[in-house]
Amino acid sequence: MIETACMIAIVAISAAALLNLYRLAAGPDVLDRVLALDTLVINAIALVVVAGIWFASPVYFEAGLLFAMVGFLSTVAFCKYLLRGNVIE
Amino acid sequence: MRRLVPHPVLSVVIAVVWLALVNSAAPGHVLLAAVLGLAIPHYSNRYWPDQVVIRRPLRIVDYIAVVAWDILVSNVQVAWLVLFRSGPRLRSVLVTVPIDLPHPTAITVLTGTITMTPGTVSADVAADGRAVLVHCLDADDPDAVVHQIKDRYERRLKEIFA
Amino acid sequence: MATVVEIVVAALIVIGAFFLLVGSLGLAKLPDLMRRLHAPTKATTLGIGATLVASMIAFTAATGSLSVHELLIAVFLFLTAPVTAHMIAKAHMLRHPALQQQLPSPPGTGWATLAPAPVDPEAPRTGEMPPAP
Repeated sequence: MIETACMIAIVAISAAALLNLYRLAAGPDVLDRVLALDTLVINAIALVVVAGIWFASPVYFEAGLLFAMVGFLSTVAFCKYLLRGNVIE
Repeated sequence: MRRLVPHPVLSVVIAVVWLALVNSAAPGHVLLAAVLGLAIPHYSNRYWPDQVVIRRPLRIVDYIAVVAWDILVSNVQVAWLVLFRSGPRLRSVLVTVPIDLPHPTAITVLTGTITMTPGTVSADVAADGRAVLVHCLDADDPDAVVHQIKDRYERRLKEIFA
Repeated sequence: MATVVEIVVAALIVIGAFFLLVGSLGLAKLPDLMRRLHAPTKATTLGIGATLVASMIAFTAATGSLSVHELLIAVFLFLTAPVTAHMIAKAHMLRHPALQQQLPSPPGTGWATLAPAPVDPEAPRTGEMPPAP
C-alpha cells in the first residue's frame, strides 16, 4: 500500500518538477526563474524523502537536509545579488 | 550565570537541534548536546549583542497552535484558488498594515507569519519598522485583512514580547 | 495495527504530493510574479510537511524508536520559506519602477527596499579599505 502511494507521489512530484522547468525556461523575468529554482529544490527534497520511505532507508534524510540548506542559501544569494549587486559585503 | 549562559533560549535550541540531528537520546549524545549548547553561544556571543526578552513563554504554544491551524486552512484556500479561480478573476491588492511592535524579532516573526497564512505575502517593511506591505492573492475587503492580521497575530505577539 | 499505520502513511504521502503538484501548478499558471509567489510558499510547505510526517511515522513504526530528525527539515523549511518569499518580493519591487508607482505610501518614512541605505560612519564601505588607525 505504501509502495502504491510512493509511486503515485513520485509521478505527481515529477509532474510538478516539469511544471517548474517550464517556468524556469519561460521566465519572463530573472526572479521568476529564481522562484522556479527554489520550488524545484523543494520538489527534489520531497522526491528524496519519498524515496527514503519507499526503500525504508534512513540515509536519505541527510540528502534532504543538505538540499534544503543549499537551496535556501542559493535563493537568498541570488536575491541579494539582484538587490545589492554583490553577495558578501 | 549571565556570563556562563548568555543566551539561555539559544542554548536550549542548539541542544535540541543536535539531539534531533543524531536522532537519539542516549546519555552520551545528551552530554554532547549540553556541551555544544553551552559552548557555541559562549564563543559566538559577540555576534548576538541583543537579548530577546520573552515575557510570557506559555503564550508561544497558543500562538503556534493558531498559526499552524491557519497554515492548514490557507493551504487549502490557495490550492482551491489555484485550481479553480486563477487568472484575471483574482482580485489581488497591496495593502499597508500599520504595526506597533517593540522588537525587530517580533516584526520578523509577524512578517513570517503573514507570509505563511491565508492568501497573504509580506512584501516589504517600512524603513522605520512601523508598517508592513502585504500582498493579498484574493481579497474582497482589504480592511478585513488588516483587521485579521492585527487582531489575530499582532495582539498575541505583543503579549509574548511586550 | 500495522495496517492503520500503513493507511495513515500512504494518505499523508498522497496528500503531500497533491499539494506539491498544486503549488507547482500555481507557479506555472498564475499571471504575474507577486501572485506566483503565493502558490510555492504555501502549498509546497504543507506538501513537504505532510511527506515528512509520513516519513516520521513510517520510520517510528519500522524501527520501534521515535524518529524525529525529519522534523528538522520541516522546521527549517517553515522558517526559510517566508524569508525566500520576502527576498524575492523585495528584489521584484526594486527592479520594476512601474510597480513602485502603485505602492500605497507607508506612514512615516518610505519602504525599506526603496529607501536609501542608512549611512553608518563606522562601517567600511563596500570595496574600500577601512582607514588606517
